[in-house]
Amino acid sequence: MAGRTPYEPPVQSVVGQIVDAVLMLVLVFITLYLPLLLKLAGGGTTATATPNPTWESLGQNPTMAGQWEKLGFTPEKAAGIIGTRFDYAFNWSLVALTAAIIVGYFIFMFRYSDREYREVIAEHFDGTPKA
Amino acid sequence: MTTIQPTAERVSAQPPAEASAAAAQAPPTAHRKVALLRVLGPGHVWALGVGIVLVGEFMGWNFAVGKGGAVAALAACWLAGILYTCVAMIDSEITSTVAAAGGQYAQAKHIIGPLAAFNVGLYLVMAYTMLEVSNAIVAGDLIEAFAQSLGLEGTVDKRAFMVLTVVALAFLNYRGVLATLTLNLVITSAAFAAIVVLFVAAQPWAPGAVLKHEALLGGLPYGSLGILAAMHFGLWFYLGIEGTTQAAEEVRSPARALPLGTMTGMMTLLIAATLTWYVCSGLMPWEYLGQAVTPLYDAARLTGSRWLELFLFLGTLFATVASANGCINDASRAWFAMGRDRYMPVWFGAVHPTYRTPYRAIVFFVPIAILFAVSTPLDQTITFSILSGLLGYTLMALSIVLFRRKWPLGSIQRGYVHPLHPLPAALLLILCVVTYLAVFLGYGTQLVAMMTFYITASAWFVLHRYKYVRRGDQFTMPWPKPRGY
Repeated sequence: MAGRTPYEPPVQSVVGQIVDAVLMLVLVFITLYLPLLLKLAGGGTTATATPNPTWESLGQNPTMAGQWEKLGFTPEKAAGIIGTRFDYAFNWSLVALTAAIIVGYFIFMFRYSDREYREVIAEHFDGTPKA
Repeated sequence: MTTIQPTAERVSAQPPAEASAAAAQAPPTAHRKVALLRVLGPGHVWALGVGIVLVGEFMGWNFAVGKGGAVAALAACWLAGILYTCVAMIDSEITSTVAAAGGQYAQAKHIIGPLAAFNVGLYLVMAYTMLEVSNAIVAGDLIEAFAQSLGLEGTVDKRAFMVLTVVALAFLNYRGVLATLTLNLVITSAAFAAIVVLFVAAQPWAPGAVLKHEALLGGLPYGSLGILAAMHFGLWFYLGIEGTTQAAEEVRSPARALPLGTMTGMMTLLIAATLTWYVCSGLMPWEYLGQAVTPLYDAARLTGSRWLELFLFLGTLFATVASANGCINDASRAWFAMGRDRYMPVWFGAVHPTYRTPYRAIVFFVPIAILFAVSTPLDQTITFSILSGLLGYTLMALSIVLFRRKWPLGSIQRGYVHPLHPLPAALLLILCVVTYLAVFLGYGTQLVAMMTFYITASAWFVLHRYKYVRRGDQFTMPWPKPRGY
């Protein structure tokens, strides 16, 4: 490996750099913001409506009711919060699919990193010293 | 999340990432000129860790109550405490040995490889940016709630304060007026004092007088599955404690100060987290607590004391503003370091000629932060931050195994060797898997969205970006060749 020529990367044009920067912004927008905007992500919840709610019908004892009122809530205003619950029903195939995505991501990252790392180590330890 | 601005011989105006990049490019003789002074002790490490994380007691943790009830949130708080103890042990060893400022990004470059380092850089940027966004949201909501509580006429548009928070702090960072460790110490102390004062004012020695756990706790509304689900936001109690080890180059005795400072920081946070949980769960019905934006401030309101309300208003505001300031500082420096290494366009690697700050990286994230702050719910931005942290912890558990394999004990000088290897790594990995499951419960789509972001970014790096990166220059530690290479 001795005498290996160091890799000389190409120089990126200003336009290319701007395109790369914009691309990262677009990636954040599409993958992270858009699902939130379209209400596709987060908050897997169900809402139970309680007509003409009272503290009792909302399952709140007198102490709870007192604290809600101190916080400025009436039963009507609190009903939406109390009636919203997470929906933890799920199917195993979705769990398996998500797990496969995460595991696959890490496997690819480690394997590809190792390939790049070997190149780095070879050049650093065996490469021709730069003038 | 603030990185110490170190006292340094020749780099007093340079942030750590710049110093790191400069050191990486300089010849060995010049390296000594930019070496950071080792002036910090265990107390500073402790202060840095607690300062980074304390904002997590003022907001965000309580969403764990929403996912599983108050009792589940306490269980999650302690389980997350075990996860972060493993993180602290592993990170203490790696950082006290890979003594390069820049933290986990630099470590991944030396231990795993470029693609992993690119991802770790993105984890840091996304975790800090989304925490900054969360802080801005809380600042806006807090000011609106305080104005309402004062009975001010008219309405307060909280979005204006969110934008103001982001822009004003970005401007301060642009100008180089960073929160110093001393200032952050004062702010952190005031915020911590607010928690303790609230706890004392709640008279914990007289159950039922102020705190009404018996009537308010509400058991486990989702059963034992709720404990698992609550683990998601349980991480928020401690997220960022690993930042203590970013000061590795400035610590006098890394072998002693890093583990001692980090571990005592963890103990402090465990106590603060438990106090916070105890006060809030004894004052609010779990349904309200589980969705509150400013739980500690709300707890102060419920005591009926105007002074306490004012104190907690200031405590929450201090904690969020200081944290947001540190987040802009840290996210921009991680982005800047990636620009310097050409992992991102080199345009971002520029330093302002007058203020000596990575001004392009700072400005770049302002529109993203504003966009998310004004239009995204707090639990979603916190989840993005938690997920980025979680991916980093998963990588950390695997990284320590590689580190011990490539440079076995005795082959290089280690600042600190954590005991019981590989037990902490295995435990950390298991708890990470548990947390992925916890996030999946209720936030599965967001988990997939986040993975899509990192997978697409990785593909972009592999197929396009890496060709601009110099290979051998990425390894800067004075170590022998790794075993097996």
